[in-house]
Amino acid sequence: MRLATAANEAYTASLAVSELLGCKQCGGSRGQDEELGIRIPRPLGQGPSRFIPEKEILQVGSEDAQMHTLFADSFAALGRLDNITLVMVFHPQYLESFLKTQHYLLQMDGPLPLHYRHYIGIMAAARHQCSYLVNLHVNDFLHVGGDPKWLNGLENAPQKLQNLGELNKVLAHRPWLITKEHIEGLLKAEEHSWSLAELVHAVVLLTHYHSLASFTFGCGISPEIHCDGGHTFRPPSVSNYCICDITNGNHSVDEMQVNSAGNVSVSDSFFEVEALMEKMKQLQECREEEEASQEEMASRFEIEKRESMFVFSSDDDEVTPARDVSRHFEDTSYGYKDFSRHGMHVPTFRVQDYCWEDHGYSLVNRLYPDVGQLIDEKFHIAYNLTYNTMAMHKDVDTSMLRRAIWNYIHCMFGIRYDDYDYGEINQLLDRSFKVYIKTVVCTPEKVTKRMYDSFWRQFKHSEKVHVNLLLIEARMQAELLYALRAITRYMT
Amino acid sequence: MEKMSRVTTALSGSVLTGRTMHCHLDAPANAISVCRDAAQVVVAGRSIFKIYAIEEEQFVEKLNLRVGRKPSLNLSCADVVWHQMDENLLATAATNGVVVTWNLGRPSRNKQDQLFTEHKRTVNKVCFHPTEAHVLLSGSQDGFMKCFDLRRKDSVSTFSGQSESVRDVQFSIRDYFTFASTFENGNVQLWDIRRPDRCERMFTAHNGPVFCCDWHPEDRGWLATGGRDKMVKVWDMATHRAKEVHCVQTIASVARVKWRPECRHHLATCSMMVDHNVYVWDVRRPFVPAAMFEEHRDVTTGIAWRHPHDPSFLLSGSKDSTLCQHLFRDASQPVERANPEGLCYGLFGDLAFAAKESLVATESGRKPYAGDRRHPIFFKRKLDPAEPFAGLASSALNVFEIEPGSGSMSWFVDTAERYALAGRPLAELCDHNAKVARELGRNQVAQTWIMLRIIYCSPGLVPTTNLNHSVGKGSSCGLPLMNSFNLKDMAPGLGSETRLDRSKGDTRSDTVLLDSSATLITNEDNEETEGSDVPTDYLLGDVEGEDDELYLLDPEHAHSEEPEYVLPQEAFPLRHEIVDTPPGPEHLQDKADSPHVSGSEADAASLVPVDSSFSLISVSHALCDSRLPPDFFSALVCDMLRFYAEQGDVQMAVSVLIVLGERVRKDIDEQTQEHWYTSYIDLLQRFCLWNVSNQVVKLSTSRAISCLNQASTTLHVNCSHCKRPMSSRGWVCDRCRRCASMCAVCHHVVKGLFVWCQGCSHGGHLQHIMKWLEGSSHCPAGCGHLCEYS
Repeated sequence: MRLATAANEAYTASLAVSELLGCKQCGGSRGQDEELGIRIPRPLGQGPSRFIPEKEILQVGSEDAQMHTLFADSFAALGRLDNITLVMVFHPQYLESFLKTQHYLLQMDGPLPLHYRHYIGIMAAARHQCSYLVNLHVNDFLHVGGDPKWLNGLENAPQKLQNLGELNKVLAHRPWLITKEHIEGLLKAEEHSWSLAELVHAVVLLTHYHSLASFTFGCGISPEIHCDGGHTFRPPSVSNYCICDITNGNHSVDEMQVNSAGNVSVSDSFFEVEALMEKMKQLQECREEEEASQEEMASRFEIEKRESMFVFSSDDDEVTPARDVSRHFEDTSYGYKDFSRHGMHVPTFRVQDYCWEDHGYSLVNRLYPDVGQLIDEKFHIAYNLTYNTMAMHKDVDTSMLRRAIWNYIHCMFGIRYDDYDYGEINQLLDRSFKVYIKTVVCTPEKVTKRMYDSFWRQFKHSEKVHVNLLLIEARMQAELLYALRAITRYMT
Repeated sequence: MEKMSRVTTALSGSVLTGRTMHCHLDAPANAISVCRDAAQVVVAGRSIFKIYAIEEEQFVEKLNLRVGRKPSLNLSCADVVWHQMDENLLATAATNGVVVTWNLGRPSRNKQDQLFTEHKRTVNKVCFHPTEAHVLLSGSQDGFMKCFDLRRKDSVSTFSGQSESVRDVQFSIRDYFTFASTFENGNVQLWDIRRPDRCERMFTAHNGPVFCCDWHPEDRGWLATGGRDKMVKVWDMATHRAKEVHCVQTIASVARVKWRPECRHHLATCSMMVDHNVYVWDVRRPFVPAAMFEEHRDVTTGIAWRHPHDPSFLLSGSKDSTLCQHLFRDASQPVERANPEGLCYGLFGDLAFAAKESLVATESGRKPYAGDRRHPIFFKRKLDPAEPFAGLASSALNVFEIEPGSGSMSWFVDTAERYALAGRPLAELCDHNAKVARELGRNQVAQTWIMLRIIYCSPGLVPTTNLNHSVGKGSSCGLPLMNSFNLKDMAPGLGSETRLDRSKGDTRSDTVLLDSSATLITNEDNEETEGSDVPTDYLLGDVEGEDDELYLLDPEHAHSEEPEYVLPQEAFPLRHEIVDTPPGPEHLQDKADSPHVSGSEADAASLVPVDSSFSLISVSHALCDSRLPPDFFSALVCDMLRFYAEQGDVQMAVSVLIVLGERVRKDIDEQTQEHWYTSYIDLLQRFCLWNVSNQVVKLSTSRAISCLNQASTTLHVNCSHCKRPMSSRGWVCDRCRRCASMCAVCHHVVKGLFVWCQGCSHGGHLQHIMKWLEGSSHCPAGCGHLCEYS
């Protein structure tokens, strides 16, 4: 009941929005129920996530007390219970920290005005063509009194926000290219200049929404009912799918193919888990015995880094942003992918010289009090979260696997841990998993249900969501590290 | 520049000499350590590992330990330590988790001795036993501490902190078996080296990682810890429970802490981020560092006292690739620069003044404030016995109180409440404010408002009485209003009262204006104005000119000043506008105005009293000829504003600034405006005039000011059932899971404004209750109470 009211309220609020945005895809079908006088929106499809069957996801109403509080919190803070929350609630401990942070970033004391915050969220999500987040924040943006004109494109926003566009672009796709000149350019632009505190707030928001976009695509979050593509006015008999839904190539046909393929290989995948556990055990034991030479360790990192650039899904079709989301950013061609084709060199960033715990935290907390603490907690929870299970096995120490995932992502961004043997990554992460990670982190808009289904086939959905949490937090930390290092360099 | 400073050390009897100096390293340093003989220092970093000899005038590179074709990660040092017993023995902690020992006595070029690869993660710290030659301790990111016997190939014992990462390990200097370790989660543990199974004691020292610790060289129980929470804490471990004895608050996270030799209460710190200086603190004086070394251009990563018994030499290595020797004598001492005097005004003009006692004592013979009617009410001496600094130990506090009655600030409150600042045409605002000022007996202020009106509004709008009023009184003393020229003005800032009793004969109109605009001006014919040392003669000329020009308003000028409407104010705006809205479009030519003006000229002329001493008629004749730009007066007005602000009447300055808005804003620099605004808002808030203060904030055009009421807009509410604060939401209680406030009319939760009857305590939505009570006088809840809504 609570959800229903939420949806209704949000829906009335958003009608104007969808009119304003004028979704071309759905617009055509709208007239059909006109004769009845009232057009009743129908939810499209399959629950909060397109990748995860609805029955696997916790039903609202059957939650325990802790989850209920979380839902209530989320609803109170945002006025809605969005699909992201419904998927993340697989991991309530993380969700709590996530919501707290997001609430603080968007609604509590901070140097940026409220509509700026949502607009920055829109900018960041639009970089990955994440229409889900863009739609949500367009609503919020208008709700806090933002100027609808800005939504026509970045060039209609104030110069100050336009200046942020470049940082947004680099941060989203090639954070290692951020220099102190970028920072200086933002801070010294006469009347359009940012203050340091504002900039840190903006950077945190940008990274938060870049990685949240990764999560949205990585878990196949369905559009909200009140947003474009989330509802239909057509009677259910016509079709279950709106055209908007196909943007990411997740057509129902796709799903069926994968399902049939999945059935065949159940026995294969069973061995996958066993093999992975075996490898972990081996690594644990042999670590003491054979010690790779330093040169070898260094080259392993380089190899992994180089390889990570070529790991790409075979069905790498060009998806041009079909939606009007592209209005919010320019230079659509700028992406992570570009550099792998041109073979650019990613300089190595050594965590031992600039890490979140020692340096990043202090800087953020100094310029934007309390947020450092919140993000720090979130990182910790994400990194340390474990139920000691792997698929059907219990009491497994997964720390090695989690560390491999985390470090693999950082490796893709050129961040190196001196004390890590990058050979482990190759042992633990198979190719389909790497493809998934790489796609979610670098080009989330290209994630398909097939990718989601084809890695770790025996693992539970909650574990796959867990992987996604690791991915987004590692990505956020990587981006933050680069941005904060540039700010530190600017300050010294 | 600095010559030798010779210090005899207690231990060896040798002489340490040197000066403040630095040398450039090839790469950023991560840590430094000093040899036992105090003549050599080792610097270690990611790509540097060298030994320097400390000579009198300079550092000399003695040895590069980073040898080999392709330097491995084993040489990427996070920490380095030199054995305090054996000068040939060093240990480094590598970022890849390897602990390496070095023997300088080896004949080959490669001095590497032993390699321990037991840690899985970066080793953050290594530490030699202070007295035992072969015992080495390491603490690593993987959460383990390992104790090595250098005569053996692997570790003797492993200590598990049961926590994430170890940031520092330190052997106790006094207790042979004890060592302390600090952790990323904020804990400090004490271990007995013989008992690897569990720690002796554990306590939470900091919020967030504890980066460093150091045992006191003399006091056996004292341990200093520094953390990311920007604090240095000194713990007394001798007692049953670890007790915090001192706490120093720094401005950045504390990366290293080192007790200063021979100075029981001193310790040196450097920070991890942002702040590049090295500080030496006296822990008993936690707010001001005793000394400060500012040589480094990037964060300092390692500090070491050169000799364990010499307090004057400090060495430091930094990310800016320099190695420095600091001489305590050359340190900058913030204490010296600190202002030991404090001065504060009370709300009603009371003045408190605190200073070093010595300073006050020498002057105590003098009268604290010469020649005024105020006097010190009490004179209090305060001596803090705990304060160790003899020279600064005692301070005196003087409080001067205003004579009762004379310092009443009621005029301020009245003015603040009654002034109109926006929402009406400029002329009306000026008139209103002038009226307010006059009723409060502040004629000079009233006069100013009228002048402003005349300057900025078309002359036709000037009502008769005011015009007469401003014209002067020499001839028109028959008018009743002229009584007000027997001025009884108050100096707003000082609160003293000056009565100006003037003979009417000698007043010209300009002096009238002058008197009223500047009460404390030294004036030859005013004998009672006393003690004023404000140099204000510049006004004489100005005002004279202004008076003449008052009537030179040309029609064009008049046109340009349309009545200005500032944004209407809603009763309860959901959220006030965050974007600064520029005042509505200005200076629109209004056709209807032209005949108006011509008529007003006639009015003005006819109203002028016939008096030979004023050439007003001729002046108004000249009206049409002169073409003055609209901002002709702005310089004068700005001077006037500054004058008021200077006088302490910041209220006037801000009010005029708001009322005139764009007209003068650009002529006064942002900072001054901000300063006025903040002072006025501060005053208003101290008088609890919250509404006025908020209005001022809202009307201010300065960004820094208008953002004042955008911060801390959270309102905390308690649950009406369980009285607990409702932390997450304003209308549902977490504990009793009930909606806190239901509307008695619509039976829904009230999420916004809740109005309730104080008699029966029923209530609901403001709108609903208002509507209900229009039709019925009984309580909507049906309790039978006759509610009143007013």
